[in-house]
Amino acid sequence: MTQNGVLEKTYPAASFYDHQGKYRGILAWILSTDHKRIGLLYLGLILLFFSVAVFFGFLMRLKLIAPGFPLMKPQMYNAIFTLHGIIQIFLVVIPAIPAIFGNFFLPIQIGARDMAFPKINLLSWWLYASGAAIVFLSLFTAGGPIDTGWTFYAPYSLRTTVNVPLAVFGVFILGMSSILTGVNLVTTTHRLRAPGMSWFRLPLFVWGVYATAWVQILATPVIGITFALIMIERYFGIGVFDPAKGGDPLLYQHLFWIYSHPAVYIMILPAMGVVSEVIPVFSRKNIFGYKAIAFSSIAIASVGSLVWGHHMFVSGQSDFASVIFSLLTFLVAVPSAIKVFNWVATLYKGSIELKPPLLFALTFIFLFSIGGLTGLIQGALAVNMHLHDTYWVVGHFHYIIFGGMGFGFLAALHYWFPKMFGKMYDMKRTIGGWIILFIGFNILYFPMLILGWEGMPRRYYDYPPPFHTLHLISTIGSWILIAGLIWIFFNLIQGLRRGEKAEDNPWKGASLEWQIPSPPPTHNFEKIPIVGKGPYEFG
Amino acid sequence: MFVSWATGLSGEVVDQVFFFILAITVFLLGLITFLMVYFVIRYRKKRNPQPSDIHGNIWLEIIWTIVPTLLVLAMFYYGLTGFNFLKKAPGDALKVKVIARQWSWLFEYENGVKSTELKVPVGKPVKLSLTSQDVIHGFYAPAFRIKQDVVPGMTNTLWFQPTGVGTFDVFCTQYCGLQHANMVTKIVVIPVDEFDQWIQKRGKEIEATKGKPGGAQLFHEKGCVACHSVDGTPRVGPTLKGLFGKEERVLIDGKEQTVIADEAFIRTYILKPNTYVVVGYPPIMPPQALTEDELTELVHYIKDLK
Ligand code: HEC
Ligand SMILES: [Cu+2]
Repeated sequence: MTQNGVLEKTYPAASFYDHQGKYRGILAWILSTDHKRIGLLYLGLILLFFSVAVFFGFLMRLKLIAPGFPLMKPQMYNAIFTLHGIIQIFLVVIPAIPAIFGNFFLPIQIGARDMAFPKINLLSWWLYASGAAIVFLSLFTAGGPIDTGWTFYAPYSLRTTVNVPLAVFGVFILGMSSILTGVNLVTTTHRLRAPGMSWFRLPLFVWGVYATAWVQILATPVIGITFALIMIERYFGIGVFDPAKGGDPLLYQHLFWIYSHPAVYIMILPAMGVVSEVIPVFSRKNIFGYKAIAFSSIAIASVGSLVWGHHMFVSGQSDFASVIFSLLTFLVAVPSAIKVFNWVATLYKGSIELKPPLLFALTFIFLFSIGGLTGLIQGALAVNMHLHDTYWVVGHFHYIIFGGMGFGFLAALHYWFPKMFGKMYDMKRTIGGWIILFIGFNILYFPMLILGWEGMPRRYYDYPPPFHTLHLISTIGSWILIAGLIWIFFNLIQGLRRGEKAEDNPWKGASLEWQIPSPPPTHNFEKIPIVGKGPYEFG
Repeated sequence: MFVSWATGLSGEVVDQVFFFILAITVFLLGLITFLMVYFVIRYRKKRNPQPSDIHGNIWLEIIWTIVPTLLVLAMFYYGLTGFNFLKKAPGDALKVKVIARQWSWLFEYENGVKSTELKVPVGKPVKLSLTSQDVIHGFYAPAFRIKQDVVPGMTNTLWFQPTGVGTFDVFCTQYCGLQHANMVTKIVVIPVDEFDQWIQKRGKEIEATKGKPGGAQLFHEKGCVACHSVDGTPRVGPTLKGLFGKEERVLIDGKEQTVIADEAFIRTYILKPNTYVVVGYPPIMPPQALTEDELTELVHYIKDLK
């Protein structure tokens, strides 16, 4: 029945929502080892945390609406920007695409019935939920909310009186979850591919998540060790990072960025995978340069692991180190550029329908390009001296993370929504929400680039009056952006509640997830498919 | 709206590199965006119902690998030459020590003169050696386009050469706690003879007091003003006005007690701030390296703050 000719019949098997397992009610979810249920569990928590972090971001912008605006005290502001960062990075952006969509779709896209280690998969979610709970607990116990910035730079993090140990312990646990998810995704990709699913027939989303999973496995232990050392230094006074005790604060920064720079690729690679899925489907055309895109994922993941020192150009690291790190930083831009060119070339001579998923994917390309190109500017050694630790950098990484990963996430959500929930949302309304979001996004973040170029340092709860106008514009942008987000998610919720029933293959995709019912049955495939062609052959 | 125009040699160098790379990136962004929008319109389903079956093109792949590589290498190289300039201070530079601490700056000239603002002569290179007494700070002078982290246990250096007189902002750019946003001061660029006069006059003052600054001056130089006022307004720390002889609620080892703020109390507080915590304030007062004379001067000064 399918274009792939791999499945013999549409079978009547019940959707995974109706599955009757050992447990009932909520337990049927939080104790389920079904990769699809686990993916949705992540979705629920991540959206919850995302809204908390957006609220904190809203408060920060409100505080900065005018110089001396008396919304909150400095300590409060310092705690809020710290929490905004920690929640967004560790609880939302890092896990979002691999843990939600990787979980839900990677096994289906390679023709598997579940992950390689379903129980470890569930354990990962529990670790994630506990890590998050510990981070939140730290806000209300000994010393109160952390005020260190999400970077926990020593020696400040060793000396401040707030509850640093518990917070870093929470992040430590989150790291465990991330490592286990990585192991699961790598093993699944290696071991559970259906017959005929050769490496170059893998959907590019799988390549993106696969490359990411390696980074999760290899880089995350470093941050775990680093945070363990912070705890040890705080509890036992062993001088690892504090120079007053014979430690080295630059060592901390190296260890921190050895993980946290690759973490940026953990955020962006899966989103790039989503874009590579969406563009061919809505252009009705094979992806341009499949291998170039697949290998550039691997190149980004590996070279990207060697550029962490570009966060430290002005830290006092040796000039020689800075030169090498700057060179590698420029080189890692090339594979990203290759991807962008291939995506744009895929549109050429296609038969394009600008449906919501494609709209979000193309917005990804535009905003991510601004993020990447501003990255080149600040990656130049001379210019970095000026722009480092200013609002320029804040603008830059919001273009990368929100403009890139965030819009990639929205593309994924709107692309796979009918498959995940078996319902369709109102596409016209999504476009309306997109317009608001896109405008708000640029009004919020573009002024930050100018502010930074004019010398506005980051992490300031107040600022001199000459910076007022741009801060005001940015704050207004934050309101528009939030309105856009509410619109878009409200529309999806409406789709869930009273949307039409979705077809099995509403976008006429050729990859395997579109060849099974929406929503998928518990075991995805009644018979494991035999794959005879690539994921973008629409025929 | 406000633009901090570049000043000094460093400002010119950085802006050149900045605008060079900016031009290339704006062009690339324009190209990508134009093609994307053009294709979406030109090849929309209505106009182009039948997609072409194209899988790739090896020559295109090679071109758009090599051309960007050359472009980024050019950017790297340009950034590197600027960096080489920014990192090599001329040998005849005026040397100034910069001391950073929560949350104030102190500048110390070779003849022992200390100042909370950085006064420098126009047209002369200035070389800063930066150290921190507590956590990491960042010395940033946006108009000069220069920045350097100030790390405890390390001495980092930075140099610049002003090309015009004026007053320019200095910000702390490495997050350093509560008053990070207030850790600001100025670079004051003045004509050479004015600078010479100033530094000689201040130098003589120091000799006259045999290198013993008075309490008021120490209160500034040691950074006490960053957290304490002397006029009754509370800052991060309590005001020191009228402290002497007052009954003070403090925590000693976590237990709340009442003590009389006598001379011994004030001495101990300054030497070992961890001994007490004034109720209602965070326990963040940093210890200061002080000579016995300096301590005596400071305590006298505080005693007189009626
Ligand atoms: C980083 C901010 C900071 C700096 C710099 C600082 N202090 Fe304090 N100081 C505090 C705080 C906060 C308290 C009260 C809580 C505590 O013990 O930390 C305090 C308390 C005191 C007290 C006791 C006041 C009372 O009401 O009992 C004295 C005296 C004092 N400081 C003197 C000094 C002197 C002299 C200097 C300069 C050498 C100085 N401080 C520098 C923050 C600071
Ligand atoms: Cu500082």
